[in-house]
Amino acid sequence: MARAWVFGDDISTDDIIAGRYLSKFEAEHDPRWLADHVMENVDPEFASKVKEGDVIIGGKNFGCGSSREEAPIALKGAGIKAVFAESFARIFYRNSINRGLYVFVSPGVSRGFKSGDEVEVDVEKGEILNVRTGETFRAEPMPEFMLKIIRVGGLLEHLKGRK
Amino acid sequence: MAMTITEKIFARAAGRDEVSPGEIVEARIDVAMIHDLTGPLVIHTFRETGAERVWDPERIVIVGDHQVPANSVEAALNHITLRKFASEQGIKYFYDIFEGICHQVVPEKGFALPGSLIVGADSHTTTYGALGCVSAGVGASDMASVFVTGKLWFRVPESIKIVLDGKLPERVMTKDLILKIIGDLGADGANYCAVEFAGDGLSNISVDGRLTMCNMGVEMGAKNAIIPPDELTRRYLEGRAKWSYTPVYSDPDAEYKEVHEYDISGLEPQVACPHSVDNVKPISEVGEVEVDQAFLGSCTNARMEDLRIAAEILKGRKVDKRVRLIVSPASRDVYRRALDEGLIKIFVDAGAMIEPPGCVACMGAHVGVLGPGEVCISASNRNFRGRQGSRESEVYLGSPATVAASAINGVITDPRDA
Ligand code: SF4
Repeated sequence: MARAWVFGDDISTDDIIAGRYLSKFEAEHDPRWLADHVMENVDPEFASKVKEGDVIIGGKNFGCGSSREEAPIALKGAGIKAVFAESFARIFYRNSINRGLYVFVSPGVSRGFKSGDEVEVDVEKGEILNVRTGETFRAEPMPEFMLKIIRVGGLLEHLKGRK
Repeated sequence: MAMTITEKIFARAAGRDEVSPGEIVEARIDVAMIHDLTGPLVIHTFRETGAERVWDPERIVIVGDHQVPANSVEAALNHITLRKFASEQGIKYFYDIFEGICHQVVPEKGFALPGSLIVGADSHTTTYGALGCVSAGVGASDMASVFVTGKLWFRVPESIKIVLDGKLPERVMTKDLILKIIGDLGADGANYCAVEFAGDGLSNISVDGRLTMCNMGVEMGAKNAIIPPDELTRRYLEGRAKWSYTPVYSDPDAEYKEVHEYDISGLEPQVACPHSVDNVKPISEVGEVEVDQAFLGSCTNARMEDLRIAAEILKGRKVDKRVRLIVSPASRDVYRRALDEGLIKIFVDAGAMIEPPGCVACMGAHVGVLGPGEVCISASNRNFRGRQGSRESEVYLGSPATVAASAINGVITDPRDA
């Protein structure tokens, strides 16, 4: 059962993964170093609660701040399948696509969920159903070339595939 | 078709006569910058692509600045990664750990040139727009693909024009101005947009001050921030520019998404309160806030103009016993000039600690980390929860003058009263 985790507006990449955890990952490239501390600045318990396939619901300007690509890597590493938000900050949005994390701009979504709600997600259609309320939210369509990059797992795989 | 300065730069870089906002273009990159904290992932990803050589070893700038000198084995490993990569690829412009913060080194060494397109693996790459270029932050995968191809796709941004009129009052700085603007527009007020500064007021703003303003463009979500080059820009670049350059300017009838006008003559010092950069108040409304630490450093505010005003306030005075004042010049060059002018002596006599040029206390991953319950008044650019250490600490952002005045009094203080 996939669940939603709800965060507010202006969640920064410092919130997603704090600066103090970057250098170890940069040196060793093991996503676990990040996943263990994901969202720690906002909710220190989050890393122990989140499960594979869960979804984050954000407000506006999700992923603002630092350009660290560790942010989507941390979310993916913790099992997050997709982020639905009112809007995203641009570098995080690009980085997520480049790392194969589904990010959906979905107006109204932040009011439709409580943390822990059971959800059903269709990443191909960009839809998320709140099982508790029965309400479905649809994301704005994403350009096909971006979807292609996400589907193969990110920019690196995409570049390799084009060779 | 009329174009903005940003649109013209994207058009040139994409080999086109014209572009319009919303279009996706593939553009040639003039300079690509990485540093020790985000660079190793770029290098790792570059290697994973299977490519052997970077597209142009003379167009990549590498700076060690975030954790210098190394404060952990991991940081040391990251520095080793940069050194190996630089020597193996023949990277011409590699600045190892004592040159300064990347966003000072790039303009100071003459890489940020009018009309050019620059990307950096760091969000504050927006800084260089102060010299009339388009510069944007990117992540590791995008940067790795730049390393391979020398190109990157961009969505041409809409432009927001900010027209400045007048002259800032004594001890009110461009930091106060940019905080005011961010407070008005909001943390996502310029999301995906170019922020273009304009107006007569610019002629009264030094290159140091312009770098501060463009640095913080990203704090309202901007892709790039830009200032049209003028006589001050030309003089700054004299004897410094790495290559020849061609300035470009917005057409008078170019289109803007929004236009905002500011008469800056009456501005009062501003402070961004915890925990977001757009939580801005005039200093008179901040109330009595005791501080444990005062940080005069970072890519936002550790240039000569910043150190001079702080020294003017601290001269012959003592930092409050409760406060730790940390000063870190933005670069080796700034450090040497501050020594020559006697500023460093003033800081030390006042009770400050001088740290090496680098990011230092700005992001809680090197030195000057805050403990639970501690409060810092900082000249840097971000006050996110946990940014400078414990998630139970608080960061207030202010100008270098405000930082100096607050260090003396132990509470956040209007520099005009110090
Ligand atoms: S000084 Fe701070 S904001 Fe600037 S590059 Fe360093 S860590 Fe980033």
